[in-house]
Order: sequence, then C-alpha cells, then structure tokens
Amino acid sequence: MLGKGLLQGLAVTAKNLVGSYHDPARYVTQEYPEVQPKLPEAYRNFPFLVSETADDPMGTLRCVACQICEKECPPQCIYIEKSKDKKPDATGKAQIYPAVFAIDTAVCMSCQICVEVCPFDAIKMDQEFAIAATDRFGGLLLNREQLAKPNAYYHQIHPTEAAEVDERLAAERRAAEEKARLAAAAKAAAPKPAVPAAAAAAAPGAARPAPAGSTAPAASAPVDPVPPPAPRPPSP
Amino acid sequence: MMLPDPAATGLARVRKIEGAALGLRTPAFAPEEGAGDLLEVSLGPHHPSTHGVFRMDVVLDGERIVRLKPVFGYLHRNHEKLGEGTSYLGSMPYTDRLDYLNSMTNNWAYALAVEKLAGIPVTERAEYVRVILAELSRLLNHTCLAGFLMQDCGCSGTPLMYAFREREKILDLFESLSGSRMMCNFQRFGGCRVDPSAEWLAATRTLVDGYGAFLDEFEALLSGNEIVMARTQGVGRLPAALAVNAGVTGPMLRASGVGHDLRKVDGYGVYPRFNFRVPIGRDGDVYDRYMVRMLEMRESISILDQALRGLPGGPILDPKAKQRGLRPKAGEAYGRIEGPKGEIGFFLVSDGTGNPTRYRVRAPSFVNLTILEDLCLGHSVADAVIILGSIDIVLGEVDR
Repeated sequence: MLGKGLLQGLAVTAKNLVGSYHDPARYVTQEYPEVQPKLPEAYRNFPFLVSETADDPMGTLRCVACQICEKECPPQCIYIEKSKDKKPDATGKAQIYPAVFAIDTAVCMSCQICVEVCPFDAIKMDQEFAIAATDRFGGLLLNREQLAKPNAYYHQIHPTEAAEVDERLAAERRAAEEKARLAAAAKAAAPKPAVPAAAAAAAPGAARPAPAGSTAPAASAPVDPVPPPAPRPPSP
Repeated sequence: MMLPDPAATGLARVRKIEGAALGLRTPAFAPEEGAGDLLEVSLGPHHPSTHGVFRMDVVLDGERIVRLKPVFGYLHRNHEKLGEGTSYLGSMPYTDRLDYLNSMTNNWAYALAVEKLAGIPVTERAEYVRVILAELSRLLNHTCLAGFLMQDCGCSGTPLMYAFREREKILDLFESLSGSRMMCNFQRFGGCRVDPSAEWLAATRTLVDGYGAFLDEFEALLSGNEIVMARTQGVGRLPAALAVNAGVTGPMLRASGVGHDLRKVDGYGVYPRFNFRVPIGRDGDVYDRYMVRMLEMRESISILDQALRGLPGGPILDPKAKQRGLRPKAGEAYGRIEGPKGEIGFFLVSDGTGNPTRYRVRAPSFVNLTILEDLCLGHSVADAVIILGSIDIVLGEVDR
C-alpha cells in the first residue's frame, strides 16, 4: 500500500520524540558548558611534563632532555635544549635537564607517540581541552613552566596508568640502589681494580646506569633494609 | 563477466520492494535532445552536499546533466610524501587522518603493510581485537552514511540525528579504549597499543546486542519509505562491468552484484574463522548501495558477536616487536583490508633505512569517485547530490 512506509516512519519519529523525555538511551545531549563532560581515563589531549613535586616543578622534572620525543614527534612540535650543567633529580642522581622545553600545541596532533617513546615516564598526556588562546603564537606555544605538572595531577587524571608508572619507577630505583650497594660492598671487600667492574657487570636489571660519582648518595638513601630488585613488569 | 553464485559463496541478495509496484514514478533517463543552451554550474567546493571541499563542474541541459567533472585536491596535504620522511611508527597517526571516520581500519591496513614488510607476527588476541574494532568502524561508517544520504535526499535532520546518536556510542567506546574519539592511533606493528579491559568488552557487548534493535528502527524509518524509494531507486545505476573495470571496491561494487569482499577473498587476519555472508545488490542503484550497507551492518553484528565470544587471552602486543626505530630489510609490501568504504591499501617500499622510500595509499573513496560522471549523466542536479552521497567519500582520503 502506498504510504505505509511513511506512516511506519512517522511512528518511529513519534516513539523517539516521546522517548527523548524519559529514556536515557534516546536523550543523550548534554548542556555543555553547564554540564561538563565526564572524560574516560584514557582520554588524551596535549602532553605535559611530569614533575615529582608541586613546590619545585622545575627542580624535579623527570625529563633528562634525551630528545627522543623531539626526534620521534611526527609533526615535529617539540623543541628541547639541553642544559650545560647537571642537577640532582628526584632520586638524587645528577642529570642533565631541559634548559628549554617547548611544545607548540597549534602543531601537536595529540598522537601520544612522545609518551610511548619516553624511557623516563617524563611526558604524559593531559586532559585539559579548553585551551583557547587569543594569541595564536605565544598563547599556544607552551614552555616548560607551563607544561610542568606534578605527579599528583597525573594520578588524578590517569589513576591506573600513574600507579603502574610509580610502581615501575620504584622498582627501577630499588634495582639501582641494590646495584650501588653491591658495588660498594665489593669495593670494600676486595680493593682490587678489576672486581668492582665485575660486580657491576654481574648486577643487571638496572635500566639506567647511575653516572659516576652518584654511588655515595644513592647508597646512603634512607631505604633500609634494601629489598631485592623487582623485575621490571612488561610494558603494555 | 562471471558473477559468483550467491548460494555457493555465502552471498546475500538485497531484498527490495519495487517502488514501481507501489505506483511510484521512476525518473526518466534520456536527456531531451536539443533542448537549448547549456549551462555550466560549479557545485562546491563550499557546498554542504559535497561532503567536504569537493567540486563538481556540471554542465546542464535544462535540468539534465550532460557533463560532469569532479575536481578535487582542495584538502591535499602531502600525506604520501610526508610518509616518506617519517619513521614507520610516525606515519601511524597520520593514517588516522585519511578516512577520518574510520581511523581504526586505516591503522590496521597500514600496520598490515608494515608487518608484511618487516615480517612481524601478530598476537592472537590482537587479531580478534582488530576484527572487533574494524567491524565497529563499519557499523559507525555505514550508519553515518545512511544518515548523510538521507540528508542529501532532503530529509533534513531526523535520520542523521538518529545515526549520530548511535555513532556517538561507538565513538565513546573508541575514546575509552584509545583515548581519542576519531584519531585513535591504536594499532601497532604486531598488535594493538592497549589491551581492552573487561569493562570495555562488556560495554561493547551491550552495544552490539542493542544495535540490531536500532537497525530495525532505522530501517522501519527509511527502507520502506516511499519518498526514499522514489528518490533512490533507478538513480545512478552502476553496471557491474563498469564497476569492475574502474576498480570500484567495497559496498559500491557489491551493490552492482559483484560479490567481491577482501574479508573472503584475502581472508586476512582471523576473518576465515567467522561465519558471515556478503550482501550483494541487483541493480547497482543508490537504493541498492544503501541497502547493501544496511545488510552489511547486520553481518557485522554477527561477526562482532562471534569475535567477542571467541576473544582469546594472551598478550595484545608482542613486547619484542619493535615499534620505534624499525628498519625493515629492503623490499616492498602491499597491505590491504576491506575497509568500510572499500579496499584500503598501503604500498611501502623499504631500502633498509628507518623510513620508507615509497609510501603510497590506495584510497577507496578516491577510486570510487572516478566513475561519478558515468553515474550522473542524464540525471538532475538533485540526483547528482544523492549519487555522490551514495558513493560514500571522505575528502581526507580522496585528497590525502
């Protein structure tokens, strides 16, 4: 019968109209900005730099200016200049730090490849999306002071991921301390030049070899008794 | 040309209510001869019916189209050349921006090409997750397409809004898994970036179980609608021979009656393990193209159901599979999959360095668009708009 399809269609629209008043599956709009969206934990927008503390963000950046993210960034929106000197990082090791770290968010395409390639868990994805600026160049080019956010903030936006990262970093730190302790013990036991090198070679597991001169502060770190080095969990 | 026997290959013919049987008038084809002066009209590039920045130079004789030239390239952004200067991993997020409705399938095709090139095995769980995401993409794409097509027919709003309401549910799934609604950047060489959690799989199960009901409702609204039938049946007929010769793939080709589906032909991934049919059309008109997509969604729901039930455990990504600094041996590889729009393929040539020396995308929208003039000749401008809508183009992929 001609017209049957039209009437059937009208019944569908009527059902949806009525349903939109009481059925949550049919009434799906949100009154943004009064109602803010509930972002999933995995949501990513632009990168930020993780610092250990909120009080001294520039002093406790995890970034060691290795420039891997700068090389890997597909649209080349990261710019890093290495520092000339070294500063102790959160674990007390002397490290190079980024004298300049800038991300042009006008260029960034939020792909999070910088996060994936960072071996130091120093750069993570933020969830702040309302970042409109009136100045297209200065307003969107973020320097390291604007990019640095404390680890607590990272825990707040990506709780599961941040807990995994903290666990992994703690395991690495323990492994490094264990290695330093073994090296110190071997040095004290037999002051032959060949033995410390052998002891150091026999203690694998530390992802980051401690630079020379850092043995003493690391060994005297207040972690006592020293637990055995935990194996690094497989990265997801 | 030999057409496969539907019964033998698991094909499903489109069942179709003939508008003519209901007394609907089908549009006349032959242009009236010598009707008068020709009028040249430029449709686009800034026209909502062109689905992006695309232009049709149309020459009209009265209301009928006598010549049509598709003009594209307005969204060209050097994608393939960029791929030659970027590392293998670095090209992955760029593939999201080709067909920006279906970043998951773009990622998969690119990952497949690199995996072939470098000989990287894919984990079992990742193969299933890829199938799940690709079929969700297909649902999303075909739902959107039906909405857009109705918008092009002049049905302003309602079907498109219903389609987008459902699309948003799939995008929410993508967002909670990959972190981004559309630019997922999800596949990696040898697997996927994130392992879907049990909650995510449960949410997907809920969506898949409810999608059939939505399709029933959507089809009740559209498939038997007399206005839709009058506008789309007999419009933009694509003969099977022309479709094959022009390299048309995907639902466009199948609507013309050719049962060619890479999921069956290549059997890439774990598709041979799933039981599904390939819908084909009879007349190759706009209505068949719409209907084939509707039937494909039903099959996608069936594949999703099987994949969710059969999802194995194990790692999602081989930790030994190298992502950064990948240097495949010199050689070439072509990876192709059945994307929602047709055959999406990546051709890569490696010379042993960290980035490909040749990077080429076989974009289904682009190839399907080449026959636009053949479909539109003799029709009116209003028909050209729905013919373009039924081809299902995304300019990000056409122009690259």
